[in-house]
Amino acid sequence: MAELYQTQRAMRNIRRAALQRGVIGILDIGTSKIACLVLKFDGTGTFRETDGVGPMAGQANFRVIGSATTKSRGVRHGEIETMAETERAIRTVVASAQKHAGVRVDHVIACLAGGRPSSYGLAGEVVLQSGKVGEHDVASVLAACEVPDFGRGREVLHAQPVNFAVDNRSGLADPRDHVGNRLTCDMHVLTVDGDVLGNLAQCIRRCDLELAGIASAAYASARASLVEDEQELGAACIDLGGGGTSVSIFIKKHMIFSDFVRIGGDLVTQDIAQGLRVPLQAAERLKTLNGGVEATGRDDREMIEVGVETGDWEADRRTVSRADIIGVMRPRVEEILENARQVLDASGFDYMPSQQIVLTGGGSEIPGLDGLAARILGPNIRCARPLRIDGLAHHMTGPGFSSAVGLALFAAHPQDEWWDFEMPAEAYPARSLRRAYRWFRNNW
Amino acid sequence: MSVVIDHRPQKGPAEPARLRRDPAPSRLKYRLDRIWLTPLYRRAVRVGIPAFLIAMTAGLWLADEERRARLTEGVTGIVDRVQSRDEFQVRMMTVEGASPVVDKALRAMLPVDLPASSFDIDLTALRLQVMQLDAIESIDLRIKPGGILAATVVERQPALLWRHARGIEILDATGNRVASVTSREVRADLPLIAGEGADLATAEALDLLDAAGPILPRLRGLVRRGERRWDLVLDHGQRILLPESGAVTALEAAIALDRAQDMLGRDLTLVDLRKPSRPVVRLGVDARNTIRAARGLPLLAPDGTIIEDDKAGG
Repeated sequence: MAELYQTQRAMRNIRRAALQRGVIGILDIGTSKIACLVLKFDGTGTFRETDGVGPMAGQANFRVIGSATTKSRGVRHGEIETMAETERAIRTVVASAQKHAGVRVDHVIACLAGGRPSSYGLAGEVVLQSGKVGEHDVASVLAACEVPDFGRGREVLHAQPVNFAVDNRSGLADPRDHVGNRLTCDMHVLTVDGDVLGNLAQCIRRCDLELAGIASAAYASARASLVEDEQELGAACIDLGGGGTSVSIFIKKHMIFSDFVRIGGDLVTQDIAQGLRVPLQAAERLKTLNGGVEATGRDDREMIEVGVETGDWEADRRTVSRADIIGVMRPRVEEILENARQVLDASGFDYMPSQQIVLTGGGSEIPGLDGLAARILGPNIRCARPLRIDGLAHHMTGPGFSSAVGLALFAAHPQDEWWDFEMPAEAYPARSLRRAYRWFRNNW
Repeated sequence: MSVVIDHRPQKGPAEPARLRRDPAPSRLKYRLDRIWLTPLYRRAVRVGIPAFLIAMTAGLWLADEERRARLTEGVTGIVDRVQSRDEFQVRMMTVEGASPVVDKALRAMLPVDLPASSFDIDLTALRLQVMQLDAIESIDLRIKPGGILAATVVERQPALLWRHARGIEILDATGNRVASVTSREVRADLPLIAGEGADLATAEALDLLDAAGPILPRLRGLVRRGERRWDLVLDHGQRILLPESGAVTALEAAIALDRAQDMLGRDLTLVDLRKPSRPVVRLGVDARNTIRAARGLPLLAPDGTIIEDDKAGG
């Protein structure tokens, strides 16, 4: 854990250095596309009120000065599979975003969708020596959380204190200076496969970029697409991506659960390609332009040319009805939603006070999805676009870019994690000068 | 209208533009792009290298002595040609408001012989040089169109003669030197002042001379004493000592006394008004001898010593 603490702290320092330089890159490596945003921080918030973007959610101190997106390569199910291919894709997108921005990007914040994330709720408890919660008590209660065996090769991606309680007063966001005898905390820890994380870091390093932070894609897209009330009262965010569907549950502005379903929009495309015997590109085009999940009588009559260029005239001039496409897509979309439902059931979402479900990601743009999702997931469904951020091009404001936007918010205002607090003095090696310094600071 | 028929072998149907299989920049290109986006490097390439090249070319070209000489020669040649154009020539000089002596001095001071280019005449320096002439109070120098150097001179007006240890000088009303004279007779019309520092108090001296109206015919001059007060010297060796402040008032008081009692017509050598509340007079030798004879005292010699009685001396 100490090593993790150090690496995460180092990333936080890199992020701080990047903010001081004023330029930071956002790299959203998805299964179907890679997006890169270049953010410029001005520190004081002079980028204000330019086009009706108010100081929403405290994201007013940066603006997007460069953005690019490209087709993703070498990524499957949110995990990097062919490193060289992905590296080229990253190079493409970073080079064009840099060109657009006119500045060089040295530090990037990336997100990871796959890697078999698993959530843990940890609890810790300390006795307050001074009868009052101090800065170091918070750190020691976080360090005192009982850590279960995550399994071999698992790495902690997020470790966020969700709730603090002093004696019997629970639900404290900031327990400092509370008077009491006992401080307990609940911490949400998200672990992912360490090798997947290492691959991502390696790819980014090979592009001469420094990693200033890494976040779960589920967390990032939820931060961008859940409005503040939903984050506070409790909501589930389902990001229907290309390679998989990530689910995250928020309450009291903290993520308390996250999981990843390894089927996504690419499978829908594959189904269309197989079912209609068209190449994958044509299938993708048919899905995006004519896809749907609710067939009506009119869809039977609406004939669509498959529009492929194989050279075989008979095959190329085929037409399919829209109902055919819907008939192929619907079972797969239903399956994806069923899987998301299973994840929500497993997480105990039914016991949450609010049953709001927010759909985002490129898959949420399928027409009629909200009706289908309401039948499978529950009545409170909303298809969300990410928060508007200053300077983002219009074609990048769609739901497919919610994790990129969420990463931008994460870069500007990261939530407190375990490594943002000072390590308790006991954790330093004995006879260390810093340990003595901490002891003096805590006791005088 | 002719139609050109191309009989060359057909190239076949236009091939579709080959799709680039890999849009990714190569690693080298990516790195170069990033270096190019580095601000320092960018500035160096855009500003530093051109500036260095220009400086180096110029430096190499100028390294040769002969080229350098030719360059300076060419530049001075062009400058000369422009400056010696007819439009810039100054042909004559007019002097207004100057006496013949000053006029002659002014013309002598011009550093170049006319006609000359107006670029060769530094009017500011010439003006400063001319202002060093004591006789000139102010001068307005300008080059008028038509090649005329016009000088408008205001000369100092002589007001006083000042006699001091090194000679006699003419001063104007503000105490500035105008000229030197060899003797008093050259300017008999001007009143005379004397003494160290008399030129610093010319305003007061002129006031005193104005106030001395009735006794002006008897006035020989004013003497500055100890650089603080004035003595009025009259003929017959009479002197009026004036106070440091309120000299004019004191002088008017003495003139009033003179009018009432003909004070200055009597045998007095000195009227001391240094303390205005207590005027003191010193009698002449004749007056004192008259008094002494009446009292039966021995008489005084003209130098003030007592003449011993011949009988007593034996």
